[in-house]
Amino acid sequence: MSSTKAQQKGLWSRLQAGSIEQLHVRLESLIVLLALCALMSVLSPFFLSVSNFMNILLATSTIGVLAIAATFVIGAGGLDLSLGSVMGLSGVVGAYVGVTMGLPAPLAVLACIAAGALAGFVNGTIITRAFVPAFIVTLGMLGIARGIALVISDGRVIYGLPSAMVFIGQGRPFGIPMPVIIFVVTAFIMHCLLAYTRFGRHTLAIGDSENAARSAGIAVDWQRRLLYTLSGALAGLAGLLFAARINAGDPTAGLTYELTAITAAIIGGTNLFGGRGSILGTMVGALIMGVLQNGLNLLAVQSYYQQMAIGAVLILAVFIDQYQVRKETRV
Amino acid sequence: MSLLEVSGIEKSFGAVSVLHGVDFSADAGEVVGLVGDNGAGKSTLMKIITGIYTADAGAITLGGEPLMHLSPGERRAMGIEMIYQDLALARQQDVASNIFLGREPVRSILGIPFVDRAMMKAQAQQMIDRLGANLPAINRNVGSFSGGQQQTVAIARALTFDPKVVIMDEPTAALAVREVQGVLDLIRQLKEQGITTVLISHRLNDVLSVTDRIVVLRHGTAAANLVTAETDMAEVVSAIVGGAGMPDAAAHEARG
Ligand SMILES: Nc1ncnc2c1ncn2[C@@H]1O[C@H](COP(=O)(O)OP(=O)(O)OP(=O)(O)O)[C@@H](O)[C@H]1O
Ligand SMILES: [Mg+2]
Repeated sequence: MSSTKAQQKGLWSRLQAGSIEQLHVRLESLIVLLALCALMSVLSPFFLSVSNFMNILLATSTIGVLAIAATFVIGAGGLDLSLGSVMGLSGVVGAYVGVTMGLPAPLAVLACIAAGALAGFVNGTIITRAFVPAFIVTLGMLGIARGIALVISDGRVIYGLPSAMVFIGQGRPFGIPMPVIIFVVTAFIMHCLLAYTRFGRHTLAIGDSENAARSAGIAVDWQRRLLYTLSGALAGLAGLLFAARINAGDPTAGLTYELTAITAAIIGGTNLFGGRGSILGTMVGALIMGVLQNGLNLLAVQSYYQQMAIGAVLILAVFIDQYQVRKETRV
Repeated sequence: MSLLEVSGIEKSFGAVSVLHGVDFSADAGEVVGLVGDNGAGKSTLMKIITGIYTADAGAITLGGEPLMHLSPGERRAMGIEMIYQDLALARQQDVASNIFLGREPVRSILGIPFVDRAMMKAQAQQMIDRLGANLPAINRNVGSFSGGQQQTVAIARALTFDPKVVIMDEPTAALAVREVQGVLDLIRQLKEQGITTVLISHRLNDVLSVTDRIVVLRHGTAAANLVTAETDMAEVVSAIVGGAGMPDAAAHEARG
């Protein structure tokens, strides 16, 4: 019975399957992105312009890097709620090293990433060694990292980064903003890592069934630790991009960004409970969030309402995902 | 000395002592049945052999080499495979990903090792064909398969990497009659290739028809070690239930 159904499946399901197989992206999220763009260009005369698209990409780059981190961790059946705080901490650490300590820019850049990676390593170690749930550990880190950022900066914004660092945020080689270039290159590398390497495939297998991964001889705990470290390092990169763009280490940077990042990953097709996810899908998800925020800005909607919109989109995305899973498993 | 030697295995889960001093061995090419009541500790003993559980005491050697200190992955590499009772499949991944999980072949591009999907698919298809199995499509997620089809994938995974010892924990539980015969034939085939099989099953008729030897677990020890050719249903059942209620149980099994 199921085989005849499979043979007769319609154009829609064939397109769905083709989109996932060829592009690693769900057809639905592509359609949502295009529909959103169409809607915004009708609602606002400023939406359809090259400079506005650059704005969207620029805004998406920070969130996008965080969403990539969320994809790895959630794909492995985990969760990282500390993304936004670790991003804020990293920017402050970079500014402290580059400005307060006056060390050269490359060291400051390295410090951003290292601070993030260290926070992630601590997350991963506690989760795998002390058996505290990821939800709790990263929620704790959300508070701890933000606190450390405030302590280091004495609660003030650290202005005036070294110029080489500012170039990372404000430079425009060939007219393309540096953060956008870094985001796209990072996404490409991370896509290859997740989709085509053993590390990536094991990541999704762990999220799918920890039991299966262990029986297959995968070093599950070790890989989990690496994944949280990777997540932290990416949050560090996002912190660097943001600080370099505003030319300052702001201890409040990245507040609630984990909400947007996790939403982007889920809209992009990452299974909230692990086992499924793709970086290209997440990029589409991040673009949806970027266009949404940009559109609401153009329409002069207050940022309070934007937070509400993002939260609602997250719940809606998970609802639709769960609805489809239930539909598929129903006999 | 046998290919697989297990001696003095002890294991408790918290306050519950499951195994106290189990000895077990299997020769190359031998088919050993492992039977016992629900909760006798069959799966636990086998998971200790594959390294999923750590024993509190005891020793295990394969071909004379001790392997207690090795990880599950290293033991697989030495040739110990297990088909788990719960199958241990990644349900959102396709057949090839499951068969090759943890052992994906790689191809180097610019010095970076990428998983060779094409090779995985081709070899997975070969293995499925060799088993004469009936799967709807090899590129579908195994979660969408029936219980029997999933069991086939788990069997294919255990046989793809030239194992020395294959442990099958209830491999026929979800299978139809014809497919059960298929698995029994497969075990005979493995025997001809010199591969050792440990078969855990509650279907005593199957165990009696395919094994060389039957080990009975009861009260946390190997209570009986019977040569299949020299035993019968009644003796096996009495070893499992331990005397009391024996005639009834034996009669029931003989009918069933
Ligand atoms: N991970 C675990 N934690 C706690 N107790 C366990 C665990 N695994 C098994 N046990 C206990 O160990 C005992 C033996 O279980 P085991 O699964 O080995 O039995 P079995 O012989 O395979 O039974 P069955 O025929 O029902 O599969 C049971 O009492 C079970 O409750
Ligand atoms: Mg069992």
